[in-house]
Amino acid sequence: MSVRKTIFQYGYRRSADQDAAVAKRHPVVIVGAGPVGLTLAIDLAQRNIPVVLLDDADRIGEGSRAICFAKKTLEVFDRLGCAAPMVEKGVRWSVGRVFRHEREIYRFDLLPEGGHKMPAFVNLQQYYVEGFMVERVRELPLIDLRWRNRVAGIERQADGSIVTIETPEGPYRIEAEWLVACDGARSPTRTMLGLDFEGAVFDDQFLIADVKMTADFPVERWFWFEPHFHSGQSALLHKQPDDVWRIDLQLGRDADAEAEKRPEVVKSRVARMLGHEAFSLEWVSIYRFQCRRLERFIHDRVIFAGDSAHQVSPFGARGANSGVQDAENLGWKLAAVLEGRAGAALLASYDHERSAAADDNILNSTRATDFLAPQSAAEQILRNAVLDLARETGFAKKMVNSGRLSVPTAYRDSPLSTPDCEEWPGGVKPGAPVPDAPLQDLSGRRLFLSEALGPDFTLLHRANGEAKDLPENVRPIAIGDNHLDAEGLLVQRYALPEGGGVLIRPDGHVAARFKTLDRARLNGALRRAMGESR
Amino acid sequence: MTNDNHAGGRLRTEIRFADPDLAYRMIVEAHRGLTEEESKALNAKLALLLANHIGDDLILAEAIAIAKR
Repeated sequence: MSVRKTIFQYGYRRSADQDAAVAKRHPVVIVGAGPVGLTLAIDLAQRNIPVVLLDDADRIGEGSRAICFAKKTLEVFDRLGCAAPMVEKGVRWSVGRVFRHEREIYRFDLLPEGGHKMPAFVNLQQYYVEGFMVERVRELPLIDLRWRNRVAGIERQADGSIVTIETPEGPYRIEAEWLVACDGARSPTRTMLGLDFEGAVFDDQFLIADVKMTADFPVERWFWFEPHFHSGQSALLHKQPDDVWRIDLQLGRDADAEAEKRPEVVKSRVARMLGHEAFSLEWVSIYRFQCRRLERFIHDRVIFAGDSAHQVSPFGARGANSGVQDAENLGWKLAAVLEGRAGAALLASYDHERSAAADDNILNSTRATDFLAPQSAAEQILRNAVLDLARETGFAKKMVNSGRLSVPTAYRDSPLSTPDCEEWPGGVKPGAPVPDAPLQDLSGRRLFLSEALGPDFTLLHRANGEAKDLPENVRPIAIGDNHLDAEGLLVQRYALPEGGGVLIRPDGHVAARFKTLDRARLNGALRRAMGESR
Repeated sequence: MTNDNHAGGRLRTEIRFADPDLAYRMIVEAHRGLTEEESKALNAKLALLLANHIGDDLILAEAIAIAKR
């Protein structure tokens, strides 16, 4: 029942490496062409690093899987040149409604402010995301994407790994200076390295059903606690493109997964929810919540990113989104190390920063899980007390947790950040992701900050007449000089005083900010952001 | 040492009501006639309402620690 029609079919092709007498050495080999591996591959290629990207399958399209792609992720995809078709195809949404029984108790809007290029979220089946990314890969000759290449063995060495790859035409070997495992929650790479994947597996089971129907529900995320149509367990309804709707139904601890997967059982559950039978099943899956992570994401020359490194429960859109942000964090650092512009400390900051992000995601995910599926009778009473109080009190509305939706993690104590040495009345702190804002360039063209950022560092500053000659890897966005703050939102969002500046990292996080710019401080912050100690 | 100055905390445990008997009685009466389940739900709601009124997670932690002794 869980087999869906193939959406994109690709072909295996023989690589010259398969005929090489000696295993060919490559700077970067990525395992897994999902959203995370594709992000990293495209990012590295755009930074002029050649990449071999291996995938054990040759098709995309079995199951919608991840469906909610967050603003920060869309900004990453935009930088990689593949966001436009996703935003066009995807379903934009920002409003969520939470119901108790059949009555609305809480409503939220994730993007109440304007002036962002990307929406708060688009819903789009993962296979479309991957399909659009593969199209982008085809424009980049530096990416060698090898379908039906399954990693069967990894021999770790001091300066890399020897990778044995199975293909339809038999096995071959290559050498990887850096091997990046983006091979998912059941990561074969992690198993081959014998690494523990520690954390909690929750008892409650959930049914995911993607159904096809024409319906005129608004484009919002609807979540029910204790609905009458589902014997008091929680339920979620969310729209995807092509008239496909994602339905999640809590099944409880003792549900028989095999029986529950049967189409007639799923159909009757969904029919009770929708009140009609005018739909067809696209995909069905049953899962338990899990929150687990590797203790370390870097093991010498093998690096883990995405679900292979950390796994969280759904209902927060934190899986694919955090994985893409892992890749975003890793790309520029790996490129700098490969080009000899940075050392091991910069790469170590990947582990530091993305571990903090994984912990943040696991924390949020665990809290949501406990609220959705209370673990004891006492917890159930407390949870229901919150739901009761939410009808008429503001604080309880805020405690209602149907999944806290993914926002990028601020790297609070990152070794790459230069702490503020002045008082800032708000704005964006070092380590935090940069918020978008509308700009205008000298020709009068309107654009967004997210489009104006440089491939390396960016210095966003409010010009006060002083010419700054900046290092080559720092692109200046000088408000009042080469750009205008079109709607006054940029200065407001960054609390940027005249003459002040914000140094932005290649992955769109703040490295440092200054109320007055001087070259020595800027250079110090740049060195620190490249992992050099002061 | 009494609970009135436990571990240097900020949770006030000296009597705060002008009429402590009245306050206690109000809670008792709120539970009168309720089933055990309704009583548990009432306690949960009261805990949430009052915790939010205090609005301080450190004080909440102190209260939880004393209540669990």
